[in-house]
Amino acid sequence: MKWGLVALIATATAILVAIAWLQSGGLKQHEMVSAVTPEEAVQALMSDIQSHNFEQAYSSLDPSSNTDLSSFTGEMAGSDGSLRTYSSLQNVEVSPLHSDGNQALVRVRMNWSSAMGSVVDVRDLKVRHDGSVWRVVWPKLAATTVPPQVISVNYLRWEVLGRNTSQDWGAQDVDSPKVRITSMNAIARGGHVVILGEVENEDTVPAYLNVNATLLKADGSPIEEEGSFDLISHVLLPKQISPYRIDFPGVRMEAVKSVRMDARSLLVPASADPVIEVSDQAVGKDNLDRNVLQGKLVNLSGRPVNIAQVLATCYDNSGKVIWVSDGYVDQALMPQVPVPFAVDIPDDIAGRLKNYRVIVNHYSHSSS
Amino acid sequence: MPTTHNHFAFCKRAAALVLLSLLSGWARAGELHVPAVVGAGQAFLISVGGSGQGTFYLVGPDDVVKRTVSLRNDVQIQASDVRSAGRYRAILCDSSSSCTSATFDVKAAPPAHLSFFLHPSRVPVSYPDSIDATAFVFDRYFNLVLSPSTVDFRITPAGGDGFSRSSTTRYGAAWMRLGSTAHEGPVQVTAVSGNGNSSVNGNVNLEEARVIQQVAAEACHLSMKAVTSGNIVTLETDPVRDCGGNALPDGTVVSFTKIDKEGKSTVDTPIRKGVARTQFSVNGPAQISVACGVMLGNEIVVNGKNI
Repeated sequence: MKWGLVALIATATAILVAIAWLQSGGLKQHEMVSAVTPEEAVQALMSDIQSHNFEQAYSSLDPSSNTDLSSFTGEMAGSDGSLRTYSSLQNVEVSPLHSDGNQALVRVRMNWSSAMGSVVDVRDLKVRHDGSVWRVVWPKLAATTVPPQVISVNYLRWEVLGRNTSQDWGAQDVDSPKVRITSMNAIARGGHVVILGEVENEDTVPAYLNVNATLLKADGSPIEEEGSFDLISHVLLPKQISPYRIDFPGVRMEAVKSVRMDARSLLVPASADPVIEVSDQAVGKDNLDRNVLQGKLVNLSGRPVNIAQVLATCYDNSGKVIWVSDGYVDQALMPQVPVPFAVDIPDDIAGRLKNYRVIVNHYSHSSS
Repeated sequence: MPTTHNHFAFCKRAAALVLLSLLSGWARAGELHVPAVVGAGQAFLISVGGSGQGTFYLVGPDDVVKRTVSLRNDVQIQASDVRSAGRYRAILCDSSSSCTSATFDVKAAPPAHLSFFLHPSRVPVSYPDSIDATAFVFDRYFNLVLSPSTVDFRITPAGGDGFSRSSTTRYGAAWMRLGSTAHEGPVQVTAVSGNGNSSVNGNVNLEEARVIQQVAAEACHLSMKAVTSGNIVTLETDPVRDCGGNALPDGTVVSFTKIDKEGKSTVDTPIRKGVARTQFSVNGPAQISVACGVMLGNEIVVNGKNI
């Protein structure tokens, strides 16, 4: 009886371990280690990355890969407080592009789920036949090294001393910054209404602002109110201009008679640094043949920027704002190091796009 | 200090009105002789007629006083009973619950406080009718002083001659509107009620000062120059000023845009020490422009080394 119970517990434990192994993709991984096709090799690699098994992933790479474990781990797991460090690989789509007996090209679309939403990373990977298995050739990211130097930063910063609430009615106070909506355009896209345009901080102090829009019926009653959420640069320095986009899912243009706009600003402490150059901007096609506005971000300051968001304003030939796109960069912006970015431009917008303007929202751990 | 009517005060007033209406219903007995008008915080006597004991009520805008009084003596109203300006009702009831009532007004005491609003706290230079100054005159109990009085607004720009404007209060408020001057810097505006001496006819002289910042307007004649060294071009604006020659403050964002065969590059950089500067690497001919807010500056064409 006693031994029977022991045997039962041992058997049950073994079954549970086996189920857990299967559920965690163990069988799949086991199969993939002996990847007999290029797609399986990429799947196996992605499976290791997904489970944060970077050493095994690195060891499965083709020896001709010119990366090292540290660079590979840093690229996939993120570093320097970048957005990638707050991301996890949600799923992967693998599709073969080309294959011959010894070499293949496989497209992988990595869908990362991040603190700021989903981020898609598409790469075309070279896969080589190595004996009985296929191995991925992983190129090392071209890292720009900046020589050791001292960057003098005589940055500007604004602090706010507000009115003491215990003071008398009518006591001296400082006003909120004056901001102005310089343009507004209402368009119908995908069956719903989108409000977009630009807003300027006309004041001499920094502003934290929100732009809200209320859609009105013919009788003046409101249909819906929405804010620009993260499709705006909330902190604007003096004379800085930001695009905004407000989506109204589920509201059709025919129902809207007019729009009431509201730009609210607050006086906030802010810093004029970092300054970020947006270089080599050009509209082109990405690997998936989508229209993208791409370029490079260069942090001209001396401190890292952990998370950067690119906001692109698209204009038609009359200078009207016709679209606002955004995208997050999952690498940190280290000082003086160019980091590529790309934001989607919808096909119909790309056809009418005459000009564009890019600004960068940034977040650094050590600054406010 | 003046406060908005809170819930508690509202309840007290409502209770006072109910009491007033109930007592007025059988107000018949005794005699009451009240002054037509008294000053806030001023003690005075109400003469009554009759004999024996009675109950005296004083129902004011903010408070109700109940007191047992002898109908042979005048009723002493304490200064603290009539601090709030407004209409009061005195009610006297004798032992047979027969009541009589009379009303009188309490007007604000002499001015003792000034609340001064100057709006906005920042204003661009040379902007007409952009500054609003409003002063409210209150007595020592924070009743709005409704009788007309003169308020002087004394304006003292940082680097110019001062001037003043007088305004007479209407319903307790005096105001003026003026445009900003042509030069940036702080402007002090002082509201003065009285003649500037420490005491006038026993009244406290009142003075409240506020400061408004006059700031540079939009950039004007924005211009930059370029120095090329190899494929690096260094751009620097001339001192960025408005059309009146006032320097835009440091931190104001200036946008540089370069277009060459690599595409478009932009840098939004803040003004530092009066000028904005940045660097671009250029590859072949490049067109560079500068803007500050919605104001465009000059454009220049540079020719960097082909790389």
